[in-house]
Amino acid sequence: MDRFTLAWGRWVTRYRATTIALSLLLTLAIASGGQFLTFTNDYRVFFGSENAHLQAFEELQEIFSKNDNALIVLAPRDGKVFTPDTLGAIADATERAWLTPFSIRVDSVTNFQHTTASGDDLEVAPLVEGITNLTDDDLSRIKTAALSEPALISRLISPDAGITAINITVELPGIDEETENPKVATAVRDLRDYIEATYPDIDVYLTGIVMMNQAFQEAAMSDTTQLIPVALVIILLMVFLQLRGFTGTLGSFIVIVLSVIAAMGTAGWMGIRLTPPSMSAPTIILTLAVADCVHILSNWLQKVRDGLGNQEAMAESIRINFSPVLLTSITTAIGFLSLNFSDSPPFHDLGNISAVGVMFAWLFSTTLLPALVTLLPAKPRQGRSLITEMMIRLGDWVIERRRILIPTVSLVIVALVLVIPRNELNDVFVRYFDDRIEFRPHTDFVVENLTGMYFIDYALDSGESGGISDPGYLVQVEQFSNWLTEQPEVIHVSTLTDVFKRVNRSMHGDDPNWYRLPEQRDMAAQYLLLYEMSLPYGLDLNNQIDVEKQRIRLSATLETLSTAQTLAFEQRSYNWMEEHTPALLTIAASPPIMFSHIGMRNIVSMLGGTTFALIAISLLMIAALRSWRFGLLTLIPNLAPAAMAFGLWGLVDGEVGLGLSVVAAMTLGIVVDDTIHFMTKYLRARRDQGLDAIAAVRYSFATVGVALWTTTLALAAGFLVISTSAFSVNAEMGFLVAVVVVLALVVDFLLLPGLLIRFDHLLWRGKGSHAAQSHLT
Amino acid sequence: MKHTTAFLAFIAVLIPQTSHAETSDADARGLEIATQADERDRGWRFQSSDMEMILRNRAGKESRRKISTRQFEVEDDGDKTLSLFHEPRDVRGTAMLTFSHGLEPDDQWLYLPAIKRVKRISSRNRSGPFMGSEFAFEDLSSQELDKYQYRYLRDEACGRYQCYVIQRIPRYENSGYTRQIVWLDQEEFRSIKIEYYDRKNELLKTLDFSDYQEYPGGFWRADRMEMTNHQTGKSTTLLWFNYDFETPLKSGDFNKNALKRLL
Repeated sequence: MDRFTLAWGRWVTRYRATTIALSLLLTLAIASGGQFLTFTNDYRVFFGSENAHLQAFEELQEIFSKNDNALIVLAPRDGKVFTPDTLGAIADATERAWLTPFSIRVDSVTNFQHTTASGDDLEVAPLVEGITNLTDDDLSRIKTAALSEPALISRLISPDAGITAINITVELPGIDEETENPKVATAVRDLRDYIEATYPDIDVYLTGIVMMNQAFQEAAMSDTTQLIPVALVIILLMVFLQLRGFTGTLGSFIVIVLSVIAAMGTAGWMGIRLTPPSMSAPTIILTLAVADCVHILSNWLQKVRDGLGNQEAMAESIRINFSPVLLTSITTAIGFLSLNFSDSPPFHDLGNISAVGVMFAWLFSTTLLPALVTLLPAKPRQGRSLITEMMIRLGDWVIERRRILIPTVSLVIVALVLVIPRNELNDVFVRYFDDRIEFRPHTDFVVENLTGMYFIDYALDSGESGGISDPGYLVQVEQFSNWLTEQPEVIHVSTLTDVFKRVNRSMHGDDPNWYRLPEQRDMAAQYLLLYEMSLPYGLDLNNQIDVEKQRIRLSATLETLSTAQTLAFEQRSYNWMEEHTPALLTIAASPPIMFSHIGMRNIVSMLGGTTFALIAISLLMIAALRSWRFGLLTLIPNLAPAAMAFGLWGLVDGEVGLGLSVVAAMTLGIVVDDTIHFMTKYLRARRDQGLDAIAAVRYSFATVGVALWTTTLALAAGFLVISTSAFSVNAEMGFLVAVVVVLALVVDFLLLPGLLIRFDHLLWRGKGSHAAQSHLT
Repeated sequence: MKHTTAFLAFIAVLIPQTSHAETSDADARGLEIATQADERDRGWRFQSSDMEMILRNRAGKESRRKISTRQFEVEDDGDKTLSLFHEPRDVRGTAMLTFSHGLEPDDQWLYLPAIKRVKRISSRNRSGPFMGSEFAFEDLSSQELDKYQYRYLRDEACGRYQCYVIQRIPRYENSGYTRQIVWLDQEEFRSIKIEYYDRKNELLKTLDFSDYQEYPGGFWRADRMEMTNHQTGKSTTLLWFNYDFETPLKSGDFNKNALKRLL
């Protein structure tokens, strides 16, 4: 192994031009895959195509119609919707909303199809017509009608008549996914600009699925344009401070950038669509790539200081670092690959891109980096740095206080593990974005003042074609919708029974006593036929009734709920149906249901992923350290950091969503690097140099202490940059990973050395201290 | 007469058109072709037929409706139509009477057997779907010449025919369309295909006519009409049976009172 790595090191430093050219060519070839990269703008990417809840929702949309929407909310400054000016603005905006690309339906207070009795006939007409001639009487009649209309109240008009909305339903063809949603969003924003310019006394807010999808894309792009450059600058600054050399910093910069480019190019070739989670991959890669560079460059500088020639020192550094850097890269990659266990495909992408990037970082830092930096003469600083001194002193302190440190640190670990259960699963997808993404403040306003963003759909099956007119069925639907309406979480229920009642009333001269369901099946069917025949283009009932007239889509709008509340509500609705309307019992489908279930499913599947990573990494450790005892010992410093971090999270925040559920598996591969470096040096001291446990620990602190300190700082800084993402899934993940890597260093510095000394007799039992030499050193 | 128009249309192709006059020429030619098609279908006086409607959603689920219709030709105004619904069962016996007009809204009444009453239908909304299908009222009602403004676009092969392609823009109020593109075969001026463009001028639906049969008097009727909604993925097939141009019908058969006596 040594001969091979030495040859490797000599080759790349001798044939520098070839090495550099080959690296650049390889990168160029792979980077060309970048042309296939596109940003996704569909929240559905968070669910695999196999996801049962997504399938249920898609099925429901196929039976009825899609209800992807953009909601334009109008808030007149005088707080009065029912004035000629505001109604005029709504009518104008409604008319223009029909021009939105892919729109199939536009609903507003003005075009609401109001039914009245006109003599013996049923008059169906827009609620607001002929705005220029509206009298005060007309206005108050319209207001009364709107506020007493269940289809409108708390959906398109606030109960205080102060805020109103225009709902645009779109059906995206899904042919050119990259451009479709942005087209709609742009048109809707243009319409907003038009309204604000034409009617300066009206404030406009935009929300809905289309705007949320757009927010996903915008969050991913903002991470790309804002976080990556910041992370790059911070990391390079840290490399510069560590190496105090321009050459090394420049070399690292090139390695880092090429690793990211190669990884993203691979993503392009793999056909990955970029999502906010996968867009943290570049930052992660550049953060991790720097560790490889630091290890190789610091040993190179050290060897030069020791008097070796520039290239020879590099070949020597490659010999020493080749295996540990390869091993840490592999373990890190394994950690990331275990994200494939996730239920949410964007995390597969994040894991795969990062894993690929980490391996490229290894490749470039053992080829391109040596070739590049040896082009210029090395100018190492002389003497030990202050930080090296501090590391040695820290080592002495840890050795001295180990009898206190072992129980203290262990106690802290146990205490933090015990509070892990304080964490609660919670994925509130409308809060995935912070206020920097327009969607969030607008949605907050709408949720606070008008209606909810959460909805749950039930496709209620009557069991036979035409059965929706069956009075027995209708009564059950009415009972269920009444029950839903009574629930404290429910803001609005959209149900066809309200239409039946409204038409029935109008068929009886608008007599309020007839606001009830028709009592005969044929009568109900014929009323419905008459009503449907009176509806204009785009305002039909096909979004609520299937073609066979067998199923009704009941849609409940809810307050923004936590995962637990959503799941509880879902279950409660099943229980109620089971008890009262068992014939109707059906699965609830909607994005909130999907997001609520995926959080739980993802945690369960990521437990599998973490276990996989743990076993794979531990086996690698045992093989690499050539000792199952030491391999098993590393379980403590490898597992404790994530466990402690989740304990801390339980104390501080306590809400675990999609982003955090992948942290344990992901960090396992990263934190293990510290252990590998520390243990490798320790074992080398014991096995090669015949030092005792205490001296070997001291040696470890002196040789890798600074490198571990620096790489941890760099990692923490990189992930803290991610924690400033406007996308909370990334932000929380970045923050927790930063906490984990810091805790890993704490455990490796404060607990591991003590354990190595305290259990020395057990660890070496049956073996001389000159056991087989680890191939790592 | 019929040959004269065709001849004129033929001549129009040969005459080199200046760009200045192109628009009005194309308009005139469009009207010419539409007029010809209209004239070809005049003089049938009355007809009856049975129709089956097959509705399909995106998932391919089907639902059927059965209706029989009687029509009475009215000179210089829209035709009168009586439709009797047989299926679905719940609306059996429901009957609809339509007096279509040119630019004026149609008059329309519905007889509901469950309450034994005739109700007038709000007539402004002829853009809405007919019985939950992809056909709007305005697609099915009689196509009077003055309902549209026409423009000739081009000649084009359409299946096994050679077609005139004309654009027509609704002149009546409350249409769901900005325009329609119609393919008419050059021999018999039968509608072969119609494309419907929605308010944002996007292709909304395509109607394909097939299985044309010729009936006594030279009247052609398609046995099959397939309407595909490109935006929702839903579609509706109309199948026509038992065309009858022989059994006489009187204008007096088409009034509100007749609705109750149909079944």
